[in-house]
Amino acid sequence: MSAAPASIAWFAKHELILGWRDWVAMMTGGRRARSLGIVIFLAVVVIILHLMALGLVGPWAGRGINEDGATLVMLTGTGFLFWTIMLSQALEAVTRVYYGRSDLDLVLSSPASSRRLFAVRTGAVALTSMLLPGLLASPLINMLALLDNPRWLFAYGVVLAMGAISTAIAIGITLLLFRFVGPRQTRLIAQIVAAVVGAGFVIGIQAAAILYYGDMSRFALFQSQAIIDIAPEVDSAFWLPAKAVMGYGDALATMLVVGITALVATIALAAPSYGQHATSAAGLTHIRSARRVSRNPFKQASQRHALRRKEWRLLQRDPWLLSQTLMQILYLLPPALLLWHNFGSDAGAFVVVVPVLVMAAGQLAGGLAWLAISGEDAHDLVVTAPVSPRTVLLAKIEAVLTVILCVMAPLLLLMALSSWQMALITAFGAMLSAGSATAIQLWFRVVAKRSMFRRRQVASRAATLSEAFASIMWAGMGAMLAAGSWLAFGPAIVAVLVLCIARMLAPRRP
Amino acid sequence: MTVPALAVTSLNKSFDRPVIKQFDLTIRAGEFYALLGPNGAGKTTILRMVAGLLQPDSGGISIFGIDARRDPIAAKRVLAWVSDEPMVYDRLTPLEYLEFVAGLWQVESRQAQNKANELIDWLGLRPHANELCGGFSKGMLQKVALAGALVHDPKLIILDEPLTGLDAGSARTVKDVLLGKVREGVTVIMTTHILEVAERMAERIGVITGGRLIAEGTLAELRNRIGRESSLEDIFLDLVAQGAEEQAA
Repeated sequence: MSAAPASIAWFAKHELILGWRDWVAMMTGGRRARSLGIVIFLAVVVIILHLMALGLVGPWAGRGINEDGATLVMLTGTGFLFWTIMLSQALEAVTRVYYGRSDLDLVLSSPASSRRLFAVRTGAVALTSMLLPGLLASPLINMLALLDNPRWLFAYGVVLAMGAISTAIAIGITLLLFRFVGPRQTRLIAQIVAAVVGAGFVIGIQAAAILYYGDMSRFALFQSQAIIDIAPEVDSAFWLPAKAVMGYGDALATMLVVGITALVATIALAAPSYGQHATSAAGLTHIRSARRVSRNPFKQASQRHALRRKEWRLLQRDPWLLSQTLMQILYLLPPALLLWHNFGSDAGAFVVVVPVLVMAAGQLAGGLAWLAISGEDAHDLVVTAPVSPRTVLLAKIEAVLTVILCVMAPLLLLMALSSWQMALITAFGAMLSAGSATAIQLWFRVVAKRSMFRRRQVASRAATLSEAFASIMWAGMGAMLAAGSWLAFGPAIVAVLVLCIARMLAPRRP
Repeated sequence: MTVPALAVTSLNKSFDRPVIKQFDLTIRAGEFYALLGPNGAGKTTILRMVAGLLQPDSGGISIFGIDARRDPIAAKRVLAWVSDEPMVYDRLTPLEYLEFVAGLWQVESRQAQNKANELIDWLGLRPHANELCGGFSKGMLQKVALAGALVHDPKLIILDEPLTGLDAGSARTVKDVLLGKVREGVTVIMTTHILEVAERMAERIGVITGGRLIAEGTLAELRNRIGRESSLEDIFLDLVAQGAEEQAA
């Protein structure tokens, strides 16, 4: 039986079909033949994650899990970590519900109810925002259910409730932003808030762990006796989510009722104004913003410099990129803090700091390189210009690496004050990591609009995976070098192998 | 004998099937040439190969005597490409865009600035010269793209459906600019589905279907070919139908 046209079920079916096809295209890169390979790959990943979870919770379950202060603090802290990721994702996704234009003009210009579409799309946001944290938590939940008690499976219900609460809060924040700062600024501020929320709690607990324990572990704080001592009593309502995770039916029911009621109420409250806000967001494409006139326009410059200057101007004016860069820079704060905290006293801190900086350089370079190399809005113009493709690529690579240098230089300087050898190792690792990420983006380059940045991973799984693996391996090399171990050759060789494989997998160009 | 602005010889291109077959075309310097054809005839493919945006499988392309396949950089110095989708950056202002284009073509800075200001005024973009292009209408974006094509004083301008989606005012500005350039001796090659534009502006018209040039000449010559006094629309439809019959046979 098919749903009545324009009903909630009908919209939900439509969204489900689109979502499924989108996911399949993302996983297979548009090549159905890859499906079996993807299924096998996912199965292997699931098994590995479960084995890792076994190593993590196995000893804990083996000792017997008590419902004491320490357990409740650990579960609540870890749960809060997952929840901040959910909230960050929900905020980002809710802005897309308002600002994404793909089929919105069609639906809004039709006699169908925009409220129903909003209800379906926010429901989808709730589901997708709980997906990643849910998937990350599932090996832990499954292992605890297997090794300790099946009631740990109740944790999935908590994930559902947390997703609903995150989405409700995200809608609330977006509506407040629409009301107080207007549609023009809402998206940018929401993206920055999402980046800060996503990274803020992780960084906060890392910062606290560094300052009090000299350790960057996110869990050091949750295991601290001081925190356990000041935590509320075991029977306090504060522990409701933790108790729901541990399998208390009444706690789970309360969580679900609160979460689902909050989501339904927010949807009911926000749906009537959806059409109006979405329309005002659509009007933004016609708003013109004036720029300050350059003091020295049309300065004589080489073709390479003209290309570099254009890249820098575009990077500087890209709000999405700004929020992404902010996220990367936020993640650099804990290592910077660790450096400052251990200044001149603890050489061991470098073993932690060096790989974080090396990996951050690679990740940042990957994103920027995609924007500069593949995300060319005036591809035809650049190709028809009297400039060789090699010059264009060199200029774009220089533009990217200069930005990385600007971000890394202050940290390297801070490091050099403490140990110039470590600063050199970091600079060497960061150069290799950023260079590898840029090279991979170069080999797998495509012609795309800069607005496709979010979907850049879709173009090639191989590029995404090799970029991540290469960064990790260079980071590993950095850590080993910082520890003074000759084993640094190991990850370095693997990184080179990853690059060779990426080069082989990259499409051939005439 | 003067060197032709464009000489295309035996050009071939295949994607999953042959789309351009043994294509020949010669365009004189200072000529306004319109290339017409039904959807999928191969017009854009030919022009993209001439502009260096696509590699031909075989054949020759000569731009003002420069072998564009052997020395593409030299050929690109004298040509400009304008497509139906304006190639403009959302987050640059028109003046910054022209500065970038001038940098790519290595126009001397003072000359580039004067030329850019002249074009900005000529195309009515002065009030928006320092606004980001992101909020511009299609017509304004096309004017910015056209300014970009003219800022380096090309000898050959290739336009692929430049009037698509433009209002009457913007279309008139673009047409006036192109006719002005032809009067200055610049060669213009344009594809269009607006036959009235080709009829009024072009000195010669080429009709292409199935990747082959099936007819070419002035409007009067094309009328003679079908043997009756008709509008370009009638001539075009007759020629395309004839071409389709010949290919089917």
